[in-house]
Amino acid sequence: MAEIKLSHLKHSYFPAPQGPQDYALKEIDVTWRDGGAYALLGPSGCGKSTLLNIISGLLTPSEGKILFDGTDVTTEEPAARNIAQVFQFPVIYDTMTVRQNLAFPLKNRGVAEAKVAARVAEIAEMLDVTDMLDKRAAGLSPDNKQKISMGRGLVRDDVNVVMFDEPLTVIDPHLKWKLRSKLKELHQRVKATMIYVTHDQTEALTFADEVVVMQEGVVVQTGTPVDLFERPQHVFVGHFIGSPGMNVLPCEARGDRAIFEGHEVALEGPLAGQGGDTRLGIRPEYISLAASGVPATVTKVADVGRHFVVDAVVGQTHLKAITENTAPDTGASVHLNFRRDQTRIYRDGWIATEPRLEAAE
Amino acid sequence: MRTENQKAWFLVLPVLALVAFNALVPMMTVVNYSVQETFGNNQFFWQGLDWFEQILRSERFQAALGRQFLFTAIILAIEVPLGIIIALSMPRKGFWVPVCLVLMALPMLIPWNVVGAMWNIFALPRIGMLGYFLNEVVGIDYDMTQNPLAAWITVVVMDVWHWTSLVVLLCYAGLVSIPGAYYQAAKIDGASAWSVFRYIQLPKMKTVLTIAILLRFMDSFNIYTEPFVLTGGGPGNSTTLLSIDLVKIALGQFDLGPAAAMSLIYFAITLLVSWVFYVVMTKDDPR
Repeated sequence: MAEIKLSHLKHSYFPAPQGPQDYALKEIDVTWRDGGAYALLGPSGCGKSTLLNIISGLLTPSEGKILFDGTDVTTEEPAARNIAQVFQFPVIYDTMTVRQNLAFPLKNRGVAEAKVAARVAEIAEMLDVTDMLDKRAAGLSPDNKQKISMGRGLVRDDVNVVMFDEPLTVIDPHLKWKLRSKLKELHQRVKATMIYVTHDQTEALTFADEVVVMQEGVVVQTGTPVDLFERPQHVFVGHFIGSPGMNVLPCEARGDRAIFEGHEVALEGPLAGQGGDTRLGIRPEYISLAASGVPATVTKVADVGRHFVVDAVVGQTHLKAITENTAPDTGASVHLNFRRDQTRIYRDGWIATEPRLEAAE
Repeated sequence: MRTENQKAWFLVLPVLALVAFNALVPMMTVVNYSVQETFGNNQFFWQGLDWFEQILRSERFQAALGRQFLFTAIILAIEVPLGIIIALSMPRKGFWVPVCLVLMALPMLIPWNVVGAMWNIFALPRIGMLGYFLNEVVGIDYDMTQNPLAAWITVVVMDVWHWTSLVVLLCYAGLVSIPGAYYQAAKIDGASAWSVFRYIQLPKMKTVLTIAILLRFMDSFNIYTEPFVLTGGGPGNSTTLLSIDLVKIALGQFDLGPAAAMSLIYFAITLLVSWVFYVVMTKDDPR
């Protein structure tokens, strides 16, 4: 188990990168605490798998360093780094039994027989696979195969970090939930540093203490699930996390006010800096129907079970609001209230307002 | 209750008819010949199982069968490991992949009698490039027309040259279908190169390897054209394999009865050994 530090990491798949567009990872600078559970979240092609392969040593970065507990491991082979990785598709050794599969990483490292047997028994018990230890691994169902892949990662008690590369992709939805909670439980038991790569926000938010959101090779925000939801640092985070995502609306910013479609909207705090392309960002959860406020016309109402998603149009701009219990009729004229401490300005994509220190009214 | 849809049988029917007319019906005529004696003029005399007994007891047949098994065993022992080694060392991506594949496929595209003729000219001691080189430059006494060992080596080398590619191409197809994650996982698990071969590559190649071994067994066990053109079964009878002997009996001596009986025995052995190979190689497969 170790603290992992990525220092000024850059990677390009081209031998002679011409500019930032040639880099799969633009500049990554993060530190992950020993024993933490982290998720790397982002759409396909954002560089999260590249980053994972760099940490595991399957790829050598073009620039920068990887430090495990302060030791530079940038040029070390995967086996020497003492890490474990679980892949998208279950990797099992077909001709071996489940027991032999679990013992394989230990046997390769010359661990004593008695210790191998003890560790395998312990891990099998943790994963609920004790009853299939002597079965051939080839005949197992995909979720059990994936459990065995995880088990091979966890069986070594000295791993620096266990990495999961979208491990639930091939698992049936009803088993996904089970495996996800199993993973969380495993993290609490083994206390290893774990990094979980996914494009699924639910998986990331349930697994991780801290989520790293990536887009086009850049870390756009690192924070707890609550941080990401409550205060997205970038419109991408607002869009990507939450369902539906944050409203990003055209506006004109003036001090601590914004003019949106001719209506004045109060912001969480004063705007810093000037110029650029300014947008108003507010999550649908924080727009409510009120007696007075911004006038809008309802265009569509969707009942999604827990609440209603209301599509409305203000002037020329479409936005979404979420209401509990009751919803207006389609075509109705309503007034919208933007919750002040959740209404922000984003300049060129990045957050540009600062919250007021005193509590919002 | 489960209802079975029987309509699929109609789709199999055309194939069944085709197989009947190109295999079963001709084979029945062979069965017919195998239990009778004929002197031409469409006159037949019942012979029972005499021909079968005569063939099985004949030293000539036993010797040819022995040579046949030896030949097949030697070429399988060379072609299968060699094919795997070549497939493992071929590039998996990039410019050289198509080059290697085409080079590998070339020997298989040459008609069999041409292969025999090529190697005949190539290996002849005075005029052939190989024969001349071995005799005059290296100084080995190599003459496949006189020396049985030289003839055997030439036949085996020719078959290896002609057919190893089949094993290579099938194994290569098996190898490229292994996802990269397997190799990455093995690296992380600290597996040695041998372990990667033993526990990842070999199991993933198993299906195609089974097919390769079966095809090579059947083809080599029934081989005729190439050794016939190369050595004609000589010197003496030293390279007279089963099929060459069969043709001698059937068309040389015109002993149709014994030849028919021998064909059926030959066929039964091929079928039996193929079945044993298949059962042994697939016994560990799940379900």
